[in-house]
Amino acid sequence: MSIDKETARRVAHLARIKVEDGDLETLAGELSNILGFMEQLNEVDVEGVEPMTSVTPMALKRRKDEVTDGGYQDKILSNAPDAREGFFAVPKVVE
Amino acid sequence: MTELNKLTIADARDALRKGDLSATELTEGCIKAVEGADALNAYSTRTFDAARQQAEAADQRLKAGDAPDLCGIPLGIKDLFCTRGVASQAASNILRGFKPEYESTITSQLWDQGAVMLGKLNMDEFAMGSSNETSAYGPVVSPWRRQGSDAPLTPGGSSGGSAAAVAADLCLAATGTDTGGSIRQPAAFTGIVGLKPTYGRCSRWGIIAFASSLDQAGPMTKTVRDAAIMLRAMCGHDPKDSTSADIPVPDFEAALTGDIRGKKIGLPREYRLDGMPDEIEKLWAQGAEMLRDAGAEVVDVSLPHTKYALPAYYVIAPAEASSNLARYDGVRYGHRARLDAGDGITEMYEKTRAEGFGAEVKRRVMIGTYVLSAGFYDAYYNRARKVRALIKKDFDDVFATGVDAILTPATPSAAFGLGEMADQDPVKMYLNDVFTVTVNLAGLPGISVPAGMNHEGLPLGLQLIGRPWDEGEMLNFAYSLERAVGFVSKPEKWW
Repeated sequence: MSIDKETARRVAHLARIKVEDGDLETLAGELSNILGFMEQLNEVDVEGVEPMTSVTPMALKRRKDEVTDGGYQDKILSNAPDAREGFFAVPKVVE
Repeated sequence: MTELNKLTIADARDALRKGDLSATELTEGCIKAVEGADALNAYSTRTFDAARQQAEAADQRLKAGDAPDLCGIPLGIKDLFCTRGVASQAASNILRGFKPEYESTITSQLWDQGAVMLGKLNMDEFAMGSSNETSAYGPVVSPWRRQGSDAPLTPGGSSGGSAAAVAADLCLAATGTDTGGSIRQPAAFTGIVGLKPTYGRCSRWGIIAFASSLDQAGPMTKTVRDAAIMLRAMCGHDPKDSTSADIPVPDFEAALTGDIRGKKIGLPREYRLDGMPDEIEKLWAQGAEMLRDAGAEVVDVSLPHTKYALPAYYVIAPAEASSNLARYDGVRYGHRARLDAGDGITEMYEKTRAEGFGAEVKRRVMIGTYVLSAGFYDAYYNRARKVRALIKKDFDDVFATGVDAILTPATPSAAFGLGEMADQDPVKMYLNDVFTVTVNLAGLPGISVPAGMNHEGLPLGLQLIGRPWDEGEMLNFAYSLERAVGFVSKPEKWW
């Protein structure tokens, strides 16, 4: 499967990575190449095989549904590029 | 003793306990070595003041007696580990300035046992790379050089800073992480020991995630014994990582008897690649011969789906990465792009991620996004997970025949030069992981042991793959191999 310029644009947007128009052609080529490498998987007979969900079979542990952590807003915000009045600040999201 | 930084963990531990050496002296020795090794670019952050304090505390504890194995041992920590109050940015610009408010489980365990942190070690950005050239800090330079050449070589990747620091004696040992070979390939390139434990042996909590079903941390050391000592200190159940196994941690060092008589070693025929250099083929045969001489039975085995491991990996790992790296959005930590008037939140995400991620990370995030997108999920991602199940079954079948461990080359070549792969397509670089990636897909333990030199005077490694949770036995095979090989070469100091 080969990826065209428009698909590359769509994938970049889905991944929320800005790619300049002039770079889309190159990107499409690189992605196509990698996907071409993956095409080998089509040679494998996977009839009746369950997709792997966990490499070591293990039952997830359970615990009581209760708060065990928290109460340090200042630490949570300490690395934020823009924190104001105890909140993360972002550009306007509603018109 | 003049060059304390050259000690192994085991020798330093014994000398510290006897009182022949203090943790402070040992730490100062390492600090001096790090200060003289700027040319290698192995350390991204130095924490010498904290190291001196930790060393002092370790000396107190040693005096009181009953100190753990790692008490007073100076280590380097891969930049992928979150360390409280110390830059932890996965060698990425998107995490520039990030200083975690918390400590990863593994490093907490190490400090609880009295180990000393010298600093953080350079790596490929988000552990995506095999040469350290994707690092935002610039590449690490290997302490090794080809005979008669001063061309800078890669230490391998992604744990390249860890490998270079251990090989150049800039610490006694280092932590690494391995998603497709990122501990074992750089260990092989630099003539050291690198161990990836069984998936679930070590807690992943506080390690910046790449591909969560494949990531596993492990020790990078000068000897097999040191790997056994350090592994024990790193592993154990952690309630904060639901995939960490709640099973006892054995004394791995006690497993090093050197007696492998009657054990069965498998050589997978699918690892004999077309165009593999003769010297790799020869190294592998010699390794098998050594284990046979030590009393093991060597048999041919088949892992029929080996060929599909790399393509399956390059679907699964980027898919998981695209999800894991979605958190770098410029809101909670790290870099945020400067916005233009009228830019909304989508532009903030897109510009931040375009500026913060390097080319290889962007490529993998986008590939991962594509294979997970509607309409392609079954064709790529689900198919890859089915192939992964078959790859694991290959190993299960071999171990079911009574094979105790599998011997393979660690890498298809010796270290290459920095920049030499720049014009190649990315898939070419991925081939570095051809012998190691199967082990991550199957969740098995693997170890790379220095086994010889190539025609240019560069180290080569062999890999042993163990049964799940049987790191002890795997280490014992590695120990037998190490003793038979007698690898003593060190890079000649030029830096």
